[in-house]
Amino acid sequence: MKNDNFSNDFGAPEPRRTPRPADSLLLGEGSRVAVLGSGPAGSFFSYFFLDMARRLGFTPQVDIFEKKVFAKTGPIGCNMCGGIISESLVQSLAAEGIILPPTIVERGIDSYILHMDVGNSRIDTPLHEKRIAAVHRGAGPKDSTGVKWGSFDGFLQDLAREKGANLIQGQVENITLDGGFPTIHAAGSPPKSYDLLAVCVGVNSPTLKVFSGLPIGYTPPQTTRTYISEFFLGEDVVARHLGNSMHVFLLDIPRIEFAAVIPKGDYATLCILGTDIDDQLVKTLIDSPQVRQCFPPGWEPPGNHCHCSPKISVSSATPTYSDRMVFVGDCGATRLYKDGIGAAYRTAKAAASTAAFHGVSADAFRTHFLPVCRAIGRDNRLGELIFLVTRMIQRTRALRKGVMGMVVDEQASAGGRRRMSTVMWDTFTGSAPYSEILLRTLHPSYLVKFAGHIAAGVLRRAPAHRTIETESMLRKESR
Amino acid sequence: MNDGALGRVFGGGEIIIRQGDEGDCAYVVQSGTVEVLREEGGRSVPIATRGVGEFFGEMSIFEKEVRMATVRAVGEVRVITVDRKNILRRIEEDPSLAFRIIQTMSRRVRELSEEIARRKIS
Repeated sequence: MKNDNFSNDFGAPEPRRTPRPADSLLLGEGSRVAVLGSGPAGSFFSYFFLDMARRLGFTPQVDIFEKKVFAKTGPIGCNMCGGIISESLVQSLAAEGIILPPTIVERGIDSYILHMDVGNSRIDTPLHEKRIAAVHRGAGPKDSTGVKWGSFDGFLQDLAREKGANLIQGQVENITLDGGFPTIHAAGSPPKSYDLLAVCVGVNSPTLKVFSGLPIGYTPPQTTRTYISEFFLGEDVVARHLGNSMHVFLLDIPRIEFAAVIPKGDYATLCILGTDIDDQLVKTLIDSPQVRQCFPPGWEPPGNHCHCSPKISVSSATPTYSDRMVFVGDCGATRLYKDGIGAAYRTAKAAASTAAFHGVSADAFRTHFLPVCRAIGRDNRLGELIFLVTRMIQRTRALRKGVMGMVVDEQASAGGRRRMSTVMWDTFTGSAPYSEILLRTLHPSYLVKFAGHIAAGVLRRAPAHRTIETESMLRKESR
Repeated sequence: MNDGALGRVFGGGEIIIRQGDEGDCAYVVQSGTVEVLREEGGRSVPIATRGVGEFFGEMSIFEKEVRMATVRAVGEVRVITVDRKNILRRIEEDPSLAFRIIQTMSRRVRELSEEIARRKIS
């Protein structure tokens, strides 16, 4: 049942609440839950909390506060992200009964092409299956003409509303603690207090500052900036030049750590991770032969294309919970650089099951929610190590030749373990925990083969592997 | 808009999994219908169909036995694989992910019990 409450007016003024006994920290019939933000974290939290409450036999009231309108194109409907749904999340959602339809998924990704100055190589998914989804978070970039695909965030929001959540569209002006109960002050409406507030906003939201002023000791996560551009090419050109492959660039360009071009419906999304990214640096990257060959000859980025420099979180917030309050997704704990939506799903489910089964006390969140945040944090520390090594590879030609040589050999051989290919795949698609990736790189067989390929690359004076035209690689279409 | 269709496509009549084969993944139907067949005495006996959103091959997630039935596409179908390793890793962190799988298996046990009862009566 979809709840169609879209208004700013979410109830009449209510009498001031007084704190209830400690056992009221358990939720039950009629409990009121506010969800701040309706990106993936907020919608997943609402969806799973309502689902678990139904299984337990109670019906809470869940109000989602969101100011963005996902049905609209441009910044008003966009949560600023590269828009990749990892294969592990696609599989988990399938197991949850959530099918991502082709009206939302603009392109199913079945491979990636690793581009370096020493060559390029295509790496397919193990079963030649489209297991990664490329989406737009809103209804599309600002220059979209007509909406051909729906918004991913809008799709999740609809799922939450179908479970019974109320959507309250508008700006939240302040949040206070009223007798221990979180109270929402939304524009044009009387304050309303809740039994639980799930904070599910991103690190770019100005609302996040409000929590630093509350007596819960909240410190938001540290952030860095990324750069995202949306280039309109048209569906045919995207299919012909980029195919169903994510294009990953490991190029020795100062200040750029990593870049990717993600094919979508009519657009190619360029994502850059680095420091002090400005127009000149973006132009340097686009003008590199490796990026140029992914676009039609003579193509130039249009001057008015949709682009942004959103902040991404690179550490966890402290604390990620208090009595009656929990911080989910980016504003709590998220995965380093990759699969932030997957981390939103994991933390949202942990918060939802804690609230439904164990209550909303700080103790309950410490016991049942914090371990998931800590697991993400621990894994991120190993991720930092992996990206440190990636940076070394990027800066050292011998290592680049070693990586490319090993990947090309693995892709050319019919059998055998594709150790480097899977390490690169999981690193760049965010499909496996960093701990698992690191463990694989410590395998003696991996180390011996990598050392052999580095030595071969050093001894060979010519480039280790010729650059194959991207278009010819895309002809290897999978089903 | 088919470029956004996730998973893998099988044509009508194509075998997706074969009874007796080893398996390390389950499948979820994304579009179309599949038919579950039990191979007995040289005959293929249809025992169930599975539609959009439904699992098949889920037993291989929890036990290392060979496939107990063959599954064939009825018309064109699109399925997504769910790897044993990935799903067990997720269930270890979040046991509630197994709710739906258990619910599905529970419903199938109920249907089988009803079927056995019907056969005993007749």
